[in-house]
Amino acid sequence: MPSQTVVVGSKVGLHARPASLLVKAAGGSGLSVTVGKPGEKAVNAASLLSVLALGVKNGDSVEITVADGDNSDSVLAQLVEIVATDHDE
Amino acid sequence: MNNLAGIGVSPGVAVGPIRRIVQVTSDEPIAATPREVFNALEKVAADLENAAHHIELDIAKDVLGAQAMMAGDPALVEAIGARLTDDITYPDVRPHVTDSFSGFKAALTALGGYFAERTADLDEIMNRLLAKLSGTEQEALVLTAPSIIVAEDLTPSDTAQLNLQFALALVVEKGGPTSHTAIVARGLGIPAIVGCAGILDLEEGTTLLVDGREGKVYLNPTDSDIESRQHREEALRARAAAVVGPGRLKDGTHVTLLANAGDAAGALAAASVGTEGIGLFRTELLFLDSQTEPTVAEQVAMYKSVFEPMKGLRVVVRTLDAGSDKPVPYINAIHEENPALGVRGWRLTRTSNDVLSRQLEAIAEAAKGIDIDLWVMAPMINTPAEAQDFATRARAVGIKKVGVMIETPAAALHADKVLAEVNFGSFGTNDLTQYVMASDRLDSRLSDMTTTWHPAVLRTIQIACNSAKTLNKSTGVCGESAANPYLAAVLLGLGVNSLSMAPSAVSEVRGFLSTVDFAQCVEAANQAVNAMSAEEAELLAKAVLEK
Repeated sequence: MPSQTVVVGSKVGLHARPASLLVKAAGGSGLSVTVGKPGEKAVNAASLLSVLALGVKNGDSVEITVADGDNSDSVLAQLVEIVATDHDE
Repeated sequence: MNNLAGIGVSPGVAVGPIRRIVQVTSDEPIAATPREVFNALEKVAADLENAAHHIELDIAKDVLGAQAMMAGDPALVEAIGARLTDDITYPDVRPHVTDSFSGFKAALTALGGYFAERTADLDEIMNRLLAKLSGTEQEALVLTAPSIIVAEDLTPSDTAQLNLQFALALVVEKGGPTSHTAIVARGLGIPAIVGCAGILDLEEGTTLLVDGREGKVYLNPTDSDIESRQHREEALRARAAAVVGPGRLKDGTHVTLLANAGDAAGALAAASVGTEGIGLFRTELLFLDSQTEPTVAEQVAMYKSVFEPMKGLRVVVRTLDAGSDKPVPYINAIHEENPALGVRGWRLTRTSNDVLSRQLEAIAEAAKGIDIDLWVMAPMINTPAEAQDFATRARAVGIKKVGVMIETPAAALHADKVLAEVNFGSFGTNDLTQYVMASDRLDSRLSDMTTTWHPAVLRTIQIACNSAKTLNKSTGVCGESAANPYLAAVLLGLGVNSLSMAPSAVSEVRGFLSTVDFAQCVEAANQAVNAMSAEEAELLAKAVLEK
């Protein structure tokens, strides 16, 4: 299962638009995706409520893990980019 | 002409018939099977998705889109499924549904700030779900003619269902200046009044004149009423557009106009409306958005982003004003029976002393190397000893101009001693009004009491201004009251030196002040402090100022 740790680029953290974009992309990937703070319990990345409840703020790191599948690596790369970008700029 | 009053949150004048939006609430038991609950939830998600697709206002589109996602959230479906495990008709699913939402609401509330605000979305989804299950859902609201929308309060999904191009004005019984109703109205540029008691008692179709600048609703107005209100509104707008540059009264007296800001975007807005700087930099935002105290380095970066656009100008920084209506979970941890009277503002030195020390250090560090006129003040200073404590600590880190907020009756009545310890004072008129009048400013039932126009409030300000004059200390106002042109003139007449307001209010206040002499301001203030009531004070002051 490919996984990567990424620093959150959005000023508001994983909230509002950045969180919605991540959840939509994870849900649309067709693969099971989890997200969590490193060393803590990871949650379903396709659940907006679960992602919000992580309380991730700007500058925090999160670890994204994608279940094995045909395109796991490209899905992971796409999700990492969403999280690293500041969408409010 | 009968009238009703509330809080004007979006200026403008409109005339038209009432169209009432009825929101049904009920706690009747709802019998349903788990399948019916899930089907209803899917329909709620689809409705919200559809509404998000159709609404034109970007801000509401985002809110509705997020609500649609939450309604379809697998974790929510799982939480409901865990409470409705049997394939039977439950006699009342209401408590199970409520329970399913409460865990998520508690988790978001605990995070504070932006996250806690999302609990309103969960309430909205839950209410829609229960309404769908119980068959009390409102019919789609179609406005067929230009109307004044009247409701208890408007939620994002209410406004999404309305074809708002026919909305002339919004008047709601509840809500405050930052409620969804206010934001939508300002976005549409139509007048709006919130906290308007009695508005729901009026008959559908009654013709109203709504003055969103004054927060007044007039029933069955005559043609001359309408004409005079519209004329005044146009004159105010024209004047606001015509005057630019530093604030000046008609007789040439200089008035320092400043803007309130909370972040870099606010600072840019303050700079763009041609003010002499920021009169209130609220530093809470960074703290409210975090789950733990922001580090000194994070604070320095944030403060610098506000200082940079203000080069050559004044910036008045207010130290952390956590507590009361702005609790920060990791600082205001203890439940208070009376948070407005509790440990808030500078009083936090009693419980979180180091947080304030680190903040002062960060403010001083951030200002290094940036050419701004830095003023720093502490909120909720009550006594000379507190003023001295703050001044000593701020000066120790190299801050030259130190001041206090005057927002308690104690600080105002004792200003001759409190201000002696510092360089300046700044009236926080929102809190000063609620403390002088002993009336919660968030309680719309008491909105007639929580007006700065009340002579008791104006007298309190006058006492402190007189002390400041004797001591030769500068005073400012940084509450909502400075944004009201008439009240701004009265405050100048009482002896205030600077006015700080939302950037959007600056041009109108500047325009109005250019039409009055200082002698008129003094006379208006004199009449207002000697009035019997807030209404009379406002009437008398306006009569003098419009001469």
